[in-house]
Amino acid sequence: MSDIVEKTLTALPGLFLQNQSVGGPAGVKASFSSRLGGLVRGITALTSKHEEEKLIQQELSNLKATVSAPTTTLKMMKECMVRLIYCEMLGYDASFGYIHAIKLAQQGNLLEKRVGYLAVSLFLHESHELLLLLVNTVVKDLQSTNLVEVCMALTIVSQIFPREMIPAVLPLIEDKLQHSKEIIRRKAVLALYKFHLIAPNQVQHIHIKFRKALCDRDVGVMAASLHIYFRMIKENSSGYKDLTGSFVTILKQVVGGKLPVDFNYHSVPAPWLQIQLLRILGLLGKDDQRTSELMYDVLDESLRRAELNHNVTYAILFECVHTVYSIYPKSELLEKAAKCIGKFVLSPKINLKYLGLKALTYVIQQDPTLALQHQMTIIECLDHPDPIIKRETLELLYRITNAQNITVIVQKMLEYLHQSKEEYIIVNLVGKIADVLVLNTVDTYAPDNAWFIQTMNAVFSVGGDVMHPDIPNNFLRLLAEGFDDETEDQQLRLYAVQSYLTLLDVENVFYPQKFLQVMSWVLGEYSYLLDKDTPEEVLTKLYKLLMNDSVSSETKAWLIAAVTKLTPQAHSSNIVERLIQEFTISLDTCMRQHAFELKHLRENLELMKSLLPVDKSCEDMVVDASLSFLDGFVAEELSQGAAPYKPHHQRQEEKLSQEKVLNFEPYGLSFSSSGFTGRQSPAGISLGSDLSGNSAETGLKETNSLKLEGIKKLWGKEGYLPKKEGKTGDETEALPVPQESIIMENVDQTITKKDQCQVLTQSKEEKEKQLLASSLFVGLGSESTINLLGKADTVSHKFRRKSKVKETKSGETSSAHNITCSYFSSSSNATYEDDYYLDTLQDREDKELNKFSLNSELLDSESLTELPSVEKLSNCKLSSPSLFTDNNMEGFHPSQPTAPSVANETSLASSLLEETSEHMHSDLVEVCHNETISMSSYKIWKDDCLLMVWSVSNKSGLELKSANLEIAPAEYFKITEQPGCCLPVIEAESIKTFQYNVQMEKPFTDGNLTGFINYQMMDTHSVQLEFSVNLSLLDFIRPLKISTENFGKLWLSFANDVKQNVKVSESQAALSSALKTLQQKLRLHVVEIIGNEGLLACQLLPSIPCLLHFRVHGDVLALWFRSSCSSLPDYLLYQCQKVMEGS
Amino acid sequence: MIKFFLMVNKQGQTRLSKYYEHVEINKRTLLETEVIKSCLSRSSEQCSFIEFKDFKLIYRQYAALFIVVGVNDTENEMAIYEFIHNFVEVLDEYFSRVNFETQFTCPDTHAFNVY
Repeated sequence: MSDIVEKTLTALPGLFLQNQSVGGPAGVKASFSSRLGGLVRGITALTSKHEEEKLIQQELSNLKATVSAPTTTLKMMKECMVRLIYCEMLGYDASFGYIHAIKLAQQGNLLEKRVGYLAVSLFLHESHELLLLLVNTVVKDLQSTNLVEVCMALTIVSQIFPREMIPAVLPLIEDKLQHSKEIIRRKAVLALYKFHLIAPNQVQHIHIKFRKALCDRDVGVMAASLHIYFRMIKENSSGYKDLTGSFVTILKQVVGGKLPVDFNYHSVPAPWLQIQLLRILGLLGKDDQRTSELMYDVLDESLRRAELNHNVTYAILFECVHTVYSIYPKSELLEKAAKCIGKFVLSPKINLKYLGLKALTYVIQQDPTLALQHQMTIIECLDHPDPIIKRETLELLYRITNAQNITVIVQKMLEYLHQSKEEYIIVNLVGKIADVLVLNTVDTYAPDNAWFIQTMNAVFSVGGDVMHPDIPNNFLRLLAEGFDDETEDQQLRLYAVQSYLTLLDVENVFYPQKFLQVMSWVLGEYSYLLDKDTPEEVLTKLYKLLMNDSVSSETKAWLIAAVTKLTPQAHSSNIVERLIQEFTISLDTCMRQHAFELKHLRENLELMKSLLPVDKSCEDMVVDASLSFLDGFVAEELSQGAAPYKPHHQRQEEKLSQEKVLNFEPYGLSFSSSGFTGRQSPAGISLGSDLSGNSAETGLKETNSLKLEGIKKLWGKEGYLPKKEGKTGDETEALPVPQESIIMENVDQTITKKDQCQVLTQSKEEKEKQLLASSLFVGLGSESTINLLGKADTVSHKFRRKSKVKETKSGETSSAHNITCSYFSSSSNATYEDDYYLDTLQDREDKELNKFSLNSELLDSESLTELPSVEKLSNCKLSSPSLFTDNNMEGFHPSQPTAPSVANETSLASSLLEETSEHMHSDLVEVCHNETISMSSYKIWKDDCLLMVWSVSNKSGLELKSANLEIAPAEYFKITEQPGCCLPVIEAESIKTFQYNVQMEKPFTDGNLTGFINYQMMDTHSVQLEFSVNLSLLDFIRPLKISTENFGKLWLSFANDVKQNVKVSESQAALSSALKTLQQKLRLHVVEIIGNEGLLACQLLPSIPCLLHFRVHGDVLALWFRSSCSSLPDYLLYQCQKVMEGS
Repeated sequence: MIKFFLMVNKQGQTRLSKYYEHVEINKRTLLETEVIKSCLSRSSEQCSFIEFKDFKLIYRQYAALFIVVGVNDTENEMAIYEFIHNFVEVLDEYFSRVNFETQFTCPDTHAFNVY
C-alpha cells in the first residue's frame, strides 16, 4: 500500500522539476485543458446515459480522424491523448489510439513524452503485444542524461513491463541503484520490486544489492526496499532472520521520531512505514522465540507511543496487535495488546469497532478467553444495523464454534443468510456453515440428527446453486460412511429420507438443482429404511420430478440413477415402465441411454439385485483397472487391421500438428510429444493390457466421480439383507426424533418462564442477550471447570444425542450444578446477576447439564492433548540452560570424549573410502547425536543415483540392539534402502552404516529428507533420534557425456531456454578457469571448446538433459541454457551465478 | 495490495480511475457502477469498509465526491482509510484549495496517482 504513498510523494519533486524545465507554456496548457474541460463539462451537463454515449462516440470519431491525420503535430497529439484517456476511463474503447500513445512516448519532448507514457500505462496491460514497441524507448530513456527522462522510464518499468524483456533493462536498472540522486535509486528499487513480483528468479542474483538499499542513507530508498523484503520474507522467513536486528533498529528510529519531519502525517512519524515494518517483524518472529525476543522492546515502545487519538495511530496499533499475537508470545505484551483490542471494540466509532472485531477474530484462535471478556459487545454487534459489522461478528463466531454453541451460531448465520442477496456473501456463508457441519467429517459438532438434517436442508435450499461442489459431496459421504455407531447412522439416514419426502410433498416449491441431486441420491440409497412408504411412492415422487421441466438434465441423470436403484425393491413397476417408455424416446441421449440400461436390466431381476445391492455405497469395489479381460478382443481387432488405441491427449496433439500450416508456436509443443510417439512406434505391437491400460485410466476416473450416484457399484457381497433388521430398529427409535427440538427452542422457553416468575431487575432484552451470550461462549471457559468434572464419557460419538448423555450424567447433577455456577461466575464479569442465573440454571438444569457434560468431554480430550504440549514448552524453557551446561562440558573436557570419536570418524571415512573413491562425495556432517550415539551422513554422487550414507557410531561402552533407521517418505524422492538397514546389534564403540539410494521423482529446488533412528539399550527402553538432511537439485545433476554432434541435435530439440549475462571477476574471466569451476562445482561435462565459446552438458537424474552454451566477452560471461524441462534452466542459471560469484 | 483506486461523484460518473490489476474496459464500467451503488447505500453511521465480492472497498466521502479504494484482504483498512485522506491533502496542496465539487483536470491528477 505504502508504495503508492511512496510513489505519490516521489512524484512531487519530479513534477516541480518538470514544470521548471518546461517553462511556461501556459497558453498551450490552457488551450488543451480547456478542450478537455469542454468535454468534461459537456458530459456533466448531460442527463441521460444515452446522450453521453452519443457525445463520446462523436468525440471519439473526431479524435480518430485527428490522430491518424499526418498533419497532426505532437503537441496536438498530446492533447488528443488526454481526451482519449478520459473517454476510455468512462468505459469507451479507444484502442485506435494505443499505438499513437507509444509513438508519443518515443518522439515527444519532455511533457509530451510524459503524457505518452501516462497514456501507455493507462491503456495497456502487461501482456499487451504493443508493449514490446516501448522497450527500446525505455532503454534509451534509461540511458538519458536528463533525470526526468530516467525517472519516467523507471516509472513505466515499475508499472507495466513485458516479462520476457526484463533482461534487456535489468543491468541498466541495477546500475541506477548506485545513482547519486535518491529519487532515482528509489525508483530503481521499485522497478526491481516489480521484477521480483513478476519474475523472481531473474533478480535472484541482486539480493545483496537489496541489502545495500535497505541501508541507504535516504529514508525513501530504504522504505522502497521494504516492499521487496516483505515479499521475500513472506515466502521464506528463515533466510532473513539475520536482518531482524536491522528492522528493529529502523522501527525504533521511526517510532522515536528520528526521521525528517517531512515524513510525518498528522504528527505521526511515517505511519505506513511503521505498518510495513511491523508486518515484517510479525513474519520474522512467527514461531521463533529467539527472533521474537529481539523485538519485544520495540513493540512495547510502539504500543506506548501510539496513544495519540488519531485514525492513523489506530491503524498502527492494529498492526502492532497483529504482530504481538503472531510472534512468540510474551505475556506482558499480550496483556497490553488485549487492552488495546478492548478499547477498539468498545469504541463508539464504527470504524474502530470494525477494526476491533477484526483483531478479535484473529486473536481468538490463540486466546479464546478474550471472547468471553467482550461477549456482551459481540452480542450487540450481532444485531448491529450495519450488515458489515454483523458479518465480521459472524466471522468471529465461526472461529469459536464448538459442540456447545453450534446451534446458536449456525442459527445466527442462517438468519443472516436469509437476509442477504449478494451471491458472493451467500457462497461464503454457506461454505462456512457447511464447514462447521460437514466438511470436518472427522468430528462434526452437530448435536442431533434432526437439527443436522434441517440445517443442511436450509443451507441447500438457500445456497444450493452457488455452493462449492465439495459441500454436497462431503455431505453425502458423511451420510454414507456414517460414524462409529451403526444404529445412529441408520437413524440419521432415515431422518434424511423422511425430511426429503416431506419437502417433495410441498407443491410449487423449486429447490436448487444441487439439493435435488442430494435428495435423489439419498432417496435412491436409503429409501429401504422406510417401512410405511413403499418404494412405489418414492418412485412416484421421483417420476414427478423427472417430468418437471425446471429440472436440469444433470439432475435428471441423478434422478434416474435413483430410480434404477429402487426398481429391484419395488413390487409393481408401472411407474418404471411408464418412465422407460417416456425416456427411451427422449431427445436427450444421456437420458435415453439410462432408460435403455434400465429397460435391459429389468429383464434380469437377479442380476439387477446383485448389481445394485442395498446399502453398499461404501463397500470397496474390485475393478479390473487394466481391463485385461478385453485383451483377447483387442488382439483380435488388431490382427484384423484395426488402428491401435491412442489416448485422448495424443489424438489431439496429432490433430493439432496436422492442422498447423505455419508454426507460430515455439517448437516445444511438437517436440514434447515425441516422447509419446516414440512409445507408440510401429515396432511396439505388444498392445494388450498395456495399451488398453491407458483407456482404463480414464475409465477409472469416471467410476470415482460417479461413485456417489451408485450406478457403478458392480460387485458387492451377496446374501446380506439388512432390510428387516433395520426396519424393526427404526420403529422403536424413530419416535423420539421429532420430539427432540432444537436447543434454541428450549432456551426460548426458559426465557419466557423466567419472565413470568421473576421480579425483573433487568429488561427482558438484556437477559436474552445474556442468555445468548452464555450459549455462544459456552465451552470457552477456563479449564479448571473441566478438571473438576473428571469422569467423562470418552466414547466419541459424533452425534451425541441428548437423551443418551442425560442417562449417563443423571447421577452427577449436584456436582455438575456447582461447576456450572462456578463457570458462570468466573466467566460473567459481574454484569450478570447471580440470583438470576441460579434460577435460570435450575430451570435449565437438564439442558445445561448436557451442555456442560459435553463441554467436559470435549475439553477433557483437549486438555489431554494439550498437556504434552505444555510439557514440551516447559522442556523448551529448561533445555536452553541445560544445553548451555552441555556446551560448557564440552568446553572443559574436550580431550576425553572427543578424541575417540575423531578417531572413529577417521576410521569410518577410511573404511568407506574404498567405495566412495570412485565417485564424488560430500564431507561427513553430523546430523544428530545424543550421549550414546552420534550420527553423521554424507552424500555419494553415484552415476545413476544419489547414495545417502548415514553412519552411526556408538560412543558408549554398551551394545545397542535392534537399531533401525527409517526415512520418512518424501514428496519428491523415491528412496530405496540398501541391504542391512536393520541391524540386530551395534557393538560398543563401533560404527555401522546405513545406505539409501535416493532418486528424484519430480524436479524441485530444495528438499529435506527426514527420518529417525531408533535402538534399544540393554533390552530396556528404546530411544529414538530424529534427523534431517537437506538435498538440493544439484545433488541430482550429473555430467552428460555426449558428442558435439549429438549436442547440436539435442540443442535444437529443446524448447525451454534461458539466457543471461553474468559478470565475473578477473580471475574467472579466462575461459579455462570458468570451465573448471563449472565442471567441478556443478558437475557439468565439457563437450567441446571452440575459441571463446564452450559447450557443456549435464543431466538431471534419472534422465533429463540440460545443455549449456557459453561465451566469454571480457569480464562478461554469456550463459545460454536449454533443456526439455522448463524449470531446470532457471535453476541451473541460478546455481551458475552463485558459483561464479562465490569463487 | 491495492487493486484499484476510484473517484466517483454522487451521480455515478467516474472522475478518476486507476487499476493496478488489468480489468477489461467493459468490466470496469460494470464494476464501477456496482461499487458506487454499494457506497451510496451506506449511511454515515455505518463503517467505511465494505466487503465486496472477494475483496474489500474502503471509501471516504468529500462533499459529492467518493474516493474508493479496492484492496485484497491482507490490507489494513484503517491505513488505507488514512491514505485516502493523505492523498486528498496532497491534491489540496498541489492544486491549492481544490473545490472538490468541480472536476479535476484529468492528467494532473493522474500524475499523482500514477507516480
